[in-house]
Amino acid sequence: MLQADLNVILPEIVLALYAMLALVVVAYSGKDKLSGPLTWVTVAVLVLVALMIWGRGDAVDAFGGSFRADAFSTFSKVAILLSAAAVLAMGQEYMLRRQILRFEYPILVVLAVVGMMVMVSAADLIVLYMGLELQSLALYVVASLRRDSAKSTEAGLKYFVLGALSSGLLLYGASLTYGFAGTTLFSGVIAAVGEGHAPLGLLIGLVLMISGLAFKVSAVPFHMWTPDVYEGAPTPITAFFATAPKIAAMAMLARLLHAGFGGVVGDWQQVLALLSLLSMFLGSIAAIGQTNIKRLMAYSSITHMGFALMGLASGTQLGVQGMLIYMAIYVTMNIGVFAFILSMERDGQPVTDITSLNVFASTYPGRALALLLLLFSLAGVPPMIGFFGKLYVLTAAYEGGLVWLALSGVIASVIGAFYYLRIVYFMYFGKEEAAPLEAGRSPVLATTLAVTAAIMVLGVVNLFGIDTAAATAAAAIVN
Amino acid sequence: MNNLLSIVTFMPTIAAVILAVFLRGEDKAAQRNARWVALIATSLTFLVSLFILFGFDPSNPGLQMIEDRSWLLGLRYKMGIDGISIFFVMLTTLMMPITIACSWKVTKRVKEYMIAFLLLETLMLGVFMALDMVLFYVFFEAGLIPMFLIIGIWGGPNRIYAAFKFFLYTFLGSVMMLISMVAIYHHAHTTDIQALLAYDFSSDPIELFGWTIPGGFQTLLFLGFFISFAVKTPMWPVHTWLPDAHVQAPTAGSVDLAAILLKMGGYGFLRFSFPMFPVGADVLTPFVLWLSVIAIVYTSLVAFVQTDMKKLIAYSSVAHMGYVTMGIFAANQQGIDGAMFQMISHGFISAGLFLVVGVIYDRMHTREISAYGGLVNRMPAYALVFMFFTMANVGLPGTSGFIGEFLTLMGVFQVNTWIATFAATGVILSAAYALFLFRRVVMGDLIKESLKTIQDLETREKWIFAPLIALTLLFGVYPSFITDIVGPTVEVLVENHHAALVEAGRGAAAAVSTAASH
Repeated sequence: MLQADLNVILPEIVLALYAMLALVVVAYSGKDKLSGPLTWVTVAVLVLVALMIWGRGDAVDAFGGSFRADAFSTFSKVAILLSAAAVLAMGQEYMLRRQILRFEYPILVVLAVVGMMVMVSAADLIVLYMGLELQSLALYVVASLRRDSAKSTEAGLKYFVLGALSSGLLLYGASLTYGFAGTTLFSGVIAAVGEGHAPLGLLIGLVLMISGLAFKVSAVPFHMWTPDVYEGAPTPITAFFATAPKIAAMAMLARLLHAGFGGVVGDWQQVLALLSLLSMFLGSIAAIGQTNIKRLMAYSSITHMGFALMGLASGTQLGVQGMLIYMAIYVTMNIGVFAFILSMERDGQPVTDITSLNVFASTYPGRALALLLLLFSLAGVPPMIGFFGKLYVLTAAYEGGLVWLALSGVIASVIGAFYYLRIVYFMYFGKEEAAPLEAGRSPVLATTLAVTAAIMVLGVVNLFGIDTAAATAAAAIVN
Repeated sequence: MNNLLSIVTFMPTIAAVILAVFLRGEDKAAQRNARWVALIATSLTFLVSLFILFGFDPSNPGLQMIEDRSWLLGLRYKMGIDGISIFFVMLTTLMMPITIACSWKVTKRVKEYMIAFLLLETLMLGVFMALDMVLFYVFFEAGLIPMFLIIGIWGGPNRIYAAFKFFLYTFLGSVMMLISMVAIYHHAHTTDIQALLAYDFSSDPIELFGWTIPGGFQTLLFLGFFISFAVKTPMWPVHTWLPDAHVQAPTAGSVDLAAILLKMGGYGFLRFSFPMFPVGADVLTPFVLWLSVIAIVYTSLVAFVQTDMKKLIAYSSVAHMGYVTMGIFAANQQGIDGAMFQMISHGFISAGLFLVVGVIYDRMHTREISAYGGLVNRMPAYALVFMFFTMANVGLPGTSGFIGEFLTLMGVFQVNTWIATFAATGVILSAAYALFLFRRVVMGDLIKESLKTIQDLETREKWIFAPLIALTLLFGVYPSFITDIVGPTVEVLVENHHAALVEAGRGAAAAVSTAASH
């Protein structure tokens, strides 16, 4: 019995053991001198674990039903592992050159990833909280990795304080739910909640838990930390924040809502719809005035979380499927854009001001074209793949009866198109004034940029099986 | 050759990829190669597209040459043409070599310029051939990207404002269509246009915020599509992006915009709004007719006071598109035939006029009317071409402009004599502003010092104008070439429309207009 249970969490165990082993080995041998090779080994391990999970398809419960591996968790975990691997690989050269590649960094990322994997598989409130905290604690440290920079430490502190608040909310909600349902298992909660409308105590518990998770996905009005943390943290870490943790939190929210509160869709639908509406509009409008590309990407990710929540708000299987497709596409686009941001520099110093992209297209036509494709994809303009993500969640929202939300969403996407176009404007239409930007010569960044940009266009021919995988994943959690 | 349509559509893309991958450098030779590759590719596309024209069976009013493959997310990659789309396809393939030839003197980022135009051609062709709603949307929207870049990179001094306005205006319009498409999919469970044409959308009145909406769901869907197509056409009062875009775009961009992109709105009305939502269309017909006639009269008056030549022609385009929407919503054979004819003819004439402006802009780098005068003295051939297109724009009998205006007026006269009366004044107004422009630019003495050395048309420019003049004349004296092919499809369209109205209990109005059309 125990052996079967351990077998279910084997990928998590492998990763956790790897993290501890690496910590011991590196601490006693070379410390920061080994951090370069260690990053590459970590990338390899993450990819291997992703492959390992890929091969495990069947739905199995472990530890009395508190941990569940199914198609849904497989999809989310693979996405988390691959995006974390990509971000680690991308940031390696950037951090080495600026001497901020401490050996703790890849190890902390691995620990955060273990936390995320527990989150997406959690079928019990306590397991859920464990996963979330493991992830969060690792991320707090990573955010302030650049100890000598005031902005980075500020980012870490802000993230910690607000993150602790959100954990508190979540924990309070979880305890209320436990109190009224008498169990922490999702399978027990869903029975206690029943059909139609949830009892008041459970309802309050649910809303508090949604609020806590809304912090993690940075949905408005729980988004305040996002721009500051994105700006303050070193760029590779920002890239990490924008990708894997978002998938994990979204997936966890989806499982909590469907596996725990699937009977009372009407109760949480309005909450999510409101979060979605506010996120889409605030993200779109606030990004217009940004000149720092990292802050801009923070608001952009708030908008995109709004769209993903729109899918979830529909309360249907199609909605979950749409959310998963949307998140997979979102992560790909963000990896591409951050690969570009990491390569923005002048005299060896990183640059984040979008006005510095002036006439970038005439010096680096290839890179400018790649970013152009990514930006139009972010804006949701066909034939880029980003459009299909939006189409999917819009369809889901419409079928879920949220016509007003779908309408608001497309209007927000028009507003949002403006600031993506603004970057295009600087790259292509600007006049030659300031010293042109250099694009770093890192082959990893160039390849990532090229590959993601190619995906944006080729997605119109074939979605690489994401759509079918997301369909099976969604079917696994929605009854 | 059962994938002829795809071959024609993607030939320019292949050329664009070849340019992007194999052409290096920015020197003279590279620029020349880019131009020739683009010209040869677009000309070949035109030649291959002739197979479509000759393979087309005019007696069959349905969709032909259908290609159907599965695509992602359960959508279909489905292409096909009928009497409505065939001429738009031909218009596009014909205009593209002309646009490439007229930008022979562009020297800024030539390779990218040619790639943008080649991709634009693929996307425009796709719009007219797509038979899957989402595929249509993808082509329709994607066309914004190259056009945004064309205006923004190679445009005039105020190009950035114009490019953003163009993009955001049309994007806002299109997303409303997207929502309607989502709604259609939800109810009909298909995105196949052929199946949707046969689908009967509910037209029971519905209550929304205390208002009763006649035509119900159909009216709402119609409005969603209408916003998009009205912006694209463009109709008054959402036309304001067009003068900006036209003025700032490079000549070739203006030509494509006027000749082809504007036709997507009219095509959309005939492909979606009209046949799919007959009741919705019928409910809003008076509204659309009045908007059209306001466009005809008002924008003609606005054109009259312009000091910039391109702006004047842009406003004249809006007025001429007013005839198109008026003809379509007259909902009878003459009206729609006339609207089709007007769109094709406007494709040649407005392109001709923009090229005429482009010729002197290339020489003098200004489009101010006051900077010219008396050009006939040094440029007799140019003056002749200018006069020809002016007359065609006015609608002189013998040119294709006349047929379109006459048919649409005849069609709308049977529906509403007041509208026809007001629209007829537009014919006079267009004569006024067009002749006024011609007089100020071409006639009189050549007194401006700067114009003393201006050169007449060179051979390349004459070859650009030749096909446009020939076709304008041909269709002016032999309009059946178009109406014979368009006619059968339109006949079925009109019949189905009236049948649907009778079925929906709006028979009284329908019966009158059917009787009148016979």
